[in-house]
Amino acid sequence: MYNTPRPISLLLGFLLCVLAFYPLYGDLVFGSKASFFMSKLTTIVIFAILAMSLDLLVGITGLVSMGHALFFGLAGYVLALASPEYEAASIWYILPLVLLCCAALGAVVAFLTIKTSGIYFIMVTLAFGQMGFYFFNDAEFSGGSDGMYIMLKPDVSLGGIQLLNLDEKQTLYYLSLACMVFVYMVLRMILRSAFGQVLIGIHANEHRVKAIGYNTANYKIVSFVIAATLAGLAGFLAASQYGFVNPSQMGWHTSGYALMMVIMGGAGTIFGPAIGAFVFEILHYVFESFTDHWLMLMGAVMICVVLFLPNGIGGALLSLVQKKETTGEKNDG
Amino acid sequence: MTLENSDYIIEAEGLQVFYGASHVLHGVDFSVKRGETVSLMGRNGMGKTTTLRSMLGFVPPKEGRVKLFGCDVTGARPFNVIKRHLAYVPEGRGMFHNLSVREHLEMPARPAMDGTWRWNFDRVMDTFPRLSERLNHMGSQLSGGEQQMLAIGRALMTNPELLILDEATEGLAPLIREEIWRIINIIKNDGISTIIVDKNIGPILDMADRNVILVKGNIVFEGSSDDLRANPDILARNIGV
Repeated sequence: MYNTPRPISLLLGFLLCVLAFYPLYGDLVFGSKASFFMSKLTTIVIFAILAMSLDLLVGITGLVSMGHALFFGLAGYVLALASPEYEAASIWYILPLVLLCCAALGAVVAFLTIKTSGIYFIMVTLAFGQMGFYFFNDAEFSGGSDGMYIMLKPDVSLGGIQLLNLDEKQTLYYLSLACMVFVYMVLRMILRSAFGQVLIGIHANEHRVKAIGYNTANYKIVSFVIAATLAGLAGFLAASQYGFVNPSQMGWHTSGYALMMVIMGGAGTIFGPAIGAFVFEILHYVFESFTDHWLMLMGAVMICVVLFLPNGIGGALLSLVQKKETTGEKNDG
Repeated sequence: MTLENSDYIIEAEGLQVFYGASHVLHGVDFSVKRGETVSLMGRNGMGKTTTLRSMLGFVPPKEGRVKLFGCDVTGARPFNVIKRHLAYVPEGRGMFHNLSVREHLEMPARPAMDGTWRWNFDRVMDTFPRLSERLNHMGSQLSGGEQQMLAIGRALMTNPELLILDEATEGLAPLIREEIWRIINIIKNDGISTIIVDKNIGPILDMADRNVILVKGNIVFEGSSDDLRANPDILARNIGV
């Protein structure tokens, strides 16, 4: 059952309000650093989209992918390669093109990997991710390991009137925030649908879902394609923010970070991985200010999460709310 | 022959099934007609579940044929067999721990072969009043009896022509077992063909139109409940009751 309890919905609503009001009042708290933190928050929001898209695979369908960043990076390369050299690409064609490419590659990877499961699925997706990494790392047309610059950010105009200027940090921030809410709503809608229930069933007991008469392979492929497309959306926003794309964005490190965000936030909760992205990136920022070896500290945090919050932050919040509800019902009784 | 016109829902001819080097079914012939309730009996390890799994495509037979509504489905994948209006309630119930009772029932819902919804959510709730009190509970939060009711309810939501119940009353308390038999009787009276695999001989004989006994992968008896009652030595020799 994937209904978000009311207290958690209220908490998420409150956090969203804080994020929405940050550009207006952030300088009152952070002063001259407010602009820097807005860029940081934009990056975090984009990673939240990536983590939620991965949760559809890991937490909902039960497919642990170690190559999810392939689609994140591919989106950036498609944006860079398909943009005209001396003018901004119109978002009305470039965004659908980016998403279509990610969906198409997602379908190919899914078709070739979906028959595998468990450790083999992890290994095969990792291999695809690394194939993508080395392809762009060694290719001259994509700038090799230096990557490519996106000189002009996509143009959001309609009938000659500019609707959004993505060069403005605040605009990109709000666009990313809107996309994060959109992705969350899409995933919740999927979970509530009959299609989503089959995916949840596959995660719990694929054999039984087959015994009900469903072709589980097809469902897993569609799930993979949706996840790849949403990761492509995150990649598009990231490339638009950074103004460049390089192979490391599709390497196994990025896939690993996304997986850590999912685990930290709580796989299968959808909102949890978004929270996980915030916690992961904030800790990253804090640890990095102490030491270059921030991953060591992050590793310690991950061990603590696995030991003390095995269902992640989202899972712990859900348990807390359910426990309170049960206690309330008992007291009423 | 169109699917709707076939007299037989499922027909298996000469099923030979192996698990590795072990020869489990030795040319089993088995069939179920429309509206018929057939029991499949035998001691543990005689090939009852293997016969079912082989007909449904989970264990492809090395030799033999399986026909569904007159169409050859030998070697077809399980979901392709089952979605043709069969419902399988396997041993062990197979709950989804992360789906609620309501979601368990909504997920597989599909119309019958003629496009009607004889079994829908409301009718399942009427038939299983205990489940209506547990709609928001997760599958793993139910008692064994409730899980079995949910497994049968889930199967009925597919509006099947043939319901296959493998050890539906195994491990249940006597009162719950009686409730399950009452429900199976409702299903029978509704005209749904049923294959019942169970160890409770009494209720089976009351319910079944035809009984099949398997011994070491061979059919040793096929006949009515009256025949079996008239020849108790057949049951004593082959089932041990």
